Amino acid sequence: MTKGLGHAQPAIALDPRNDDIGETMRLTMYRMQVEIRESEQRAYDLFLQNLVKGTSHLSLGQEAVAVGFAAAMKPGDLSFCTYRGHAHTLARGVPIEKVLGELMQRDNGLMRGKGGSMHLTSVEHGVMGSYAIVGAHLPIACGAAWRAQYKGAKDVSVCFFGDGTTNIGAFHEALNFASVWKLPVIFVCENNLYMEYTPISEVTAVEHPAADRAASYGLERIVIDGQDADAVYRAATAAYEKARAGGGPSLIECMTYRYSGHSRADPAKYRPEGELDAWKKRDPIKIYRERLIQFGIAETVIAKIEADVKRRVDEATEKCKAAPPPSLDILTTDVYADGGWAWRN
Amino acid sequence: MAELTYRDAVTRGIAQEMARDPDVVFLGEDVAKAGGVFKTTVGLLEQFGPLRVRDTPISEQAILGAAMGAAMTGLKPIAEIMFSDFFAVCFDYIANEIPKSRYMSNGQLKCPLVVRTGNGAGSRFGAQHSQSVENWAMMIPGLKVVAPSNPRDVIGLLAAAVRDPDPVIFFEHKSLYATKGEVPDGEIVDELGTASIVRSGRDATILALALMVPRALAAAERLKSEHGIDCEVVDVRSLVPLDTQTILGSLARTHRLFTVEENPRLCGWGAEIVSIAADEAFYDLDGPPVRITTPHLPLPAADILEDMVLPTVDRIVDRVRRSLSA
Repeated sequence: MTKGLGHAQPAIALDPRNDDIGETMRLTMYRMQVEIRESEQRAYDLFLQNLVKGTSHLSLGQEAVAVGFAAAMKPGDLSFCTYRGHAHTLARGVPIEKVLGELMQRDNGLMRGKGGSMHLTSVEHGVMGSYAIVGAHLPIACGAAWRAQYKGAKDVSVCFFGDGTTNIGAFHEALNFASVWKLPVIFVCENNLYMEYTPISEVTAVEHPAADRAASYGLERIVIDGQDADAVYRAATAAYEKARAGGGPSLIECMTYRYSGHSRADPAKYRPEGELDAWKKRDPIKIYRERLIQFGIAETVIAKIEADVKRRVDEATEKCKAAPPPSLDILTTDVYADGGWAWRN
Repeated sequence: MAELTYRDAVTRGIAQEMARDPDVVFLGEDVAKAGGVFKTTVGLLEQFGPLRVRDTPISEQAILGAAMGAAMTGLKPIAEIMFSDFFAVCFDYIANEIPKSRYMSNGQLKCPLVVRTGNGAGSRFGAQHSQSVENWAMMIPGLKVVAPSNPRDVIGLLAAAVRDPDPVIFFEHKSLYATKGEVPDGEIVDELGTASIVRSGRDATILALALMVPRALAAAERLKSEHGIDCEVVDVRSLVPLDTQTILGSLARTHRLFTVEENPRLCGWGAEIVSIAADEAFYDLDGPPVRITTPHLPLPAADILEDMVLPTVDRIVDRVRRSLSA
């Protein structure tokens, strides 16, 4: 295939050994997409049983973005997520049980129930928090990247956010700041077409809410297919390489779609007839499963991955159901660094 | 021992900590090349270089967010917010992000940073550049809050704040920058959470913070010389942690309590202390506690108007005298 044709697909030889991604990585990415899908579907089922409490914001349909980026990371790279952060947390290898446990507000949860669904954090996995105030974590990711730059460390911070975030001030402050300071940070916009309940196109002056603003901050305009984990992985890899080489930040807009509403309270009735079905035809897991077959991976291998994931989600669910609620003695711990909450003598 | 301005004490405090620990970095608007709009950071860029002393755009959210991300991952940032009034445009970081990350993450995340800011009235800047907003910070679990009244405390408390593993909001008073005080040579490190009895007395306890401390001291001198009333003046210094032992200990000796607060009346720090005194030291009180505050008003710009609303030496003298003679 001729180089330089921007609209053309890259040449992919249908031989796993010659592919730039390779069979091992592909199987990992498939497994992880299925794991996220099954875990979030389970979270939804558990919500219907009143076992997941509070709120939850699912990424059903958006799995390829989380997985493509996580696969391109190196150990030590840092993730900053939003309240829609289950996928990004699981994609870094955080155990399903820890995530479901937090959603179910059990003692075995990631933060023992002190954070909840919107604040998943696992520092040991590089998940430096999930942030529930829209846009807040973009400047925070800049700070982590500043530390890497100052220390001469090679880690890169990545920051995931929705299309709605592109209209809040912190987005613009962070983009400008990162660009001026040339920070090793990657801003990933998951454009799922809706800010919360309102179509992003109705409230945004440009067609591509992130990418069309990139030029304002001296950055390249990048829009990718967020339903194809391979496309995400390739874009992510390029951005990581650029950041590690001292090339500064990237802003990547991933076109995707969420199958469920904004949060558990939202039945998503505002969507036009047929839109959901049209996007489900481009389901990231369906696309990827077909890709695996295309690369000659046996159906039995794929089915084994799927069964294995389902078993692990079932096991995690049972562990969480059996887990006690948080012990009351954690109520006043870790307000301050001395472990306690004393504000006076 | 040398005489130093409060302004130069800020510079010396930052320099002391940056020289001690290479992980201490400093960022803010106009802080590097310009040396700060209040000239509190002159020479730091030359001494510590552009990697550690960094000018930022006018982006308060980016400043505090970047400080937080750096603190979470191992640095000890000092961030400057030029005027404390600007906390309102980056309040998410002050209220939601910085103070809550440790708790929400069940202790996984840390946030050892200092936010320095110019606080308080006296410069005739009007309602958006003159406020005393220490109560905005005091009300948030997870923050520590200090406000020094003199050059020695500026250095000592700033050093303590930088070395503290928790986020500290450090209120510098703009009208104190030009004031002078004796400062010992060498390293100065103070302790957060400690009030200071700056004048001993038997008849009443006057609590004050920042600019109100010199006014309370001047009032105490006049109350003594003109009215024979012997006041103890306590510089509260640290709102969180709050040194209730020193405060209630003084009250137990004097049996009368006055607060001198620059903030507008509602929810000022004195209200919290009076509530503690009512709860825990009611039977030590020989009369009602009295709060001397700015009225519940936006601050006016004109000097003659601004001077009318801030607690003055005259007002403190008058309120204490009338209360004790009632």
